[in-house]
Amino acid sequence: MADADVIPIGSGGRPGRGSGRRTTPSAAARALVGPGNRTKKNSRTKTSGEDLGGADPTVEPVGAVPDVDGPDLSGLDLGGLDFGRLERVVRELFGDDGERRVAEWLAFLRRRLSGDYELDEFGYDSDLTDQVLLPMLRPMVEKWFRVEVRGIENIPADGSALIVANHSGTMPIDGLVTQVVVADHTGRPLRTLAADLVFQTPFVGELSRKGGATLANNDDAERLLRQGNLVGVWPEGFKGLGKPFAERYKLQRFGRGGFVSAAMRTGVPIVPCSIVGAEEIYPLVGNIASLARLLGVPYIPITPFFPLLGPLGLIPLPSKWLIEFGEPIRTDEFPDGAADDPMLVFNVTDQVRETIQQTLYTLLMQRRSVFF
Amino acid sequence: MVTGVSRDAGARCARRLADDPAIGTVLGVDVVPPRAELGRVRFVRADIRNPVIAKVIAAEGVDTVVHTGVVATPGSAGGRSSMKEINVIGTMQLLAACQKASGVAKLVVKSSTTVYGAGPRDPAMFTEEMAPRAIHHHGLSKDAVEVEGYVRGFARRRPDVCVTTLRMANWIGPKTNSPMTRYFALPVVPTVFGYDARLQFLHEDDGVEAIQRATVNDLPGTFNLAGDGMISLSQAIRRLGRPTLRLPSFTASSTAAAVRRARLADFSPDQITFLTYGRGVDTTRMRTEFGFEPKYTTAEAFDDFRSSLGAGAMTRVTGLLGAGLGALRG
Repeated sequence: MADADVIPIGSGGRPGRGSGRRTTPSAAARALVGPGNRTKKNSRTKTSGEDLGGADPTVEPVGAVPDVDGPDLSGLDLGGLDFGRLERVVRELFGDDGERRVAEWLAFLRRRLSGDYELDEFGYDSDLTDQVLLPMLRPMVEKWFRVEVRGIENIPADGSALIVANHSGTMPIDGLVTQVVVADHTGRPLRTLAADLVFQTPFVGELSRKGGATLANNDDAERLLRQGNLVGVWPEGFKGLGKPFAERYKLQRFGRGGFVSAAMRTGVPIVPCSIVGAEEIYPLVGNIASLARLLGVPYIPITPFFPLLGPLGLIPLPSKWLIEFGEPIRTDEFPDGAADDPMLVFNVTDQVRETIQQTLYTLLMQRRSVFF
Repeated sequence: MVTGVSRDAGARCARRLADDPAIGTVLGVDVVPPRAELGRVRFVRADIRNPVIAKVIAAEGVDTVVHTGVVATPGSAGGRSSMKEINVIGTMQLLAACQKASGVAKLVVKSSTTVYGAGPRDPAMFTEEMAPRAIHHHGLSKDAVEVEGYVRGFARRRPDVCVTTLRMANWIGPKTNSPMTRYFALPVVPTVFGYDARLQFLHEDDGVEAIQRATVNDLPGTFNLAGDGMISLSQAIRRLGRPTLRLPSFTASSTAAAVRRARLADFSPDQITFLTYGRGVDTTRMRTEFGFEPKYTTAEAFDDFRSSLGAGAMTRVTGLLGAGLGALRG
């Protein structure tokens, strides 16, 4: 792949690449010039093409500042290549702003290829999440489900908080949507706690870790909260996800209250979060229990469209979503050792559960229809 | 007395201890003579699997035993059964000899973070108190757990001896020759499809320093040792600039066997699970109680190792991207 013919474009092999009509680029961007002195034509045209397909003009840029720290290689001999044509093509295709976007995109690709990014100890890859994962989910959140968010001011602007939400919809789409909503409205990443099945599954586990998820257990939850993160937890787990459509919006048992004791030990507030709309995306009408046992998964769903329509049945129904974040419940006022008092933990768990259930009923009353 | 000096890590620890003026004599013990230069270390050819080791300890009046003789690779030990023999029976004999020798006042054991295993149910970071979630059936992981069990038993029976167990992350650096470094040196690096392990490394210089620190100071307890930060397997391979071959998990063991037959690298099943799920250890205690600050972070240790390998094929692709980028930004 690296062995390519040098094909100068439109310049007759003349070195140099511009006429000084730059308006947008920064000096820092010049530092992004890599030590490449050989290139090939199709790699460049391919790059432009991919960006044309990938960049949706209606999607906001992620707001991440591109990493422009690179070796200063000004005065680099580019082997007699003229990039002037490439520049013009990019300008024509994307306008003035497009040039910056393509450059950001290339900078990102370069960081990925050279491994020049950082992971935290949970495997969270903020670069990948901000540049790829969240932008991919954003159209689903904004266009498909048209999520309406309320009470975002209840999420603290700094410091940690535990966001506790109801879980529904057969597939954990509500987790992804909440993650996008929190990231977009507060500018802070939501670190989610996921079931061990997630980390056993190829790709799903890998992407979840990179997207900020970790295994739902007390050690990891407390570690995340101590480090000042926003942590999202869905304590109903598979009981909530896989409940039949007839029982929609009826909260299941909230686990064993482990999330409350984690919040109590670290003294962080619990923010109840009620999600309306997720129940209708895959109405679960049946379950192939025998096959599920065979495959070692909690259930194999039957929805009106799956497995009837095959892969088409995997498209979630476009329900209208409402997400409301409630008043934070403080846990720092409990006496020391409260986390080891099971009765108190159960009481707080019930309080959180009741709050979410009541908010769900209120939101359902306000909702005009499932899809609008 | 330092065991396992025929191999690189043991030899370096022994040399480092011999350079310390506070330490009188350093005895290096192993079955085969060391390949590396030992400097001021006195080499004693003895087998720790044999009761003769007790006579060496008594005759030389050994007061500190540094056990670095746990072997990670079945190949270098001459097969898995021989490796188990050296690791488990060797440790038993050594500890039995130490228990009889009243002069022994300190025991430092170089263990490994493999005692925590690796699996999908693991917490993100293991602290020293946490028990492994995955069950060990294989290789070094199982041996390390058994070795630590015997060490704990010894500590109970000889409460007057200061016992330090150092659970070290994989050593890495220009001089280290381990399954891990040989794996990264493969021209095309095979990984498990759909998984990306989180890895921690400890630079070889930091490893040697830590053993020296444990030997010179009285720091009883079990400590996790690893460089700061975390890198993922895919990121590590990208940093090397080597192409990756992502293979489905069911082919992992046959691939490992092929690589082993080709004498490129030596892989046991526990290393495959490690490279699938990865592992992280918490190093708070290393800082607070053990008082040790590694000079290299995980990424720096890896970069130091990388500089000892040549550039891979992918580095040039990155160069191309850089050139295109520079052109766009003028």
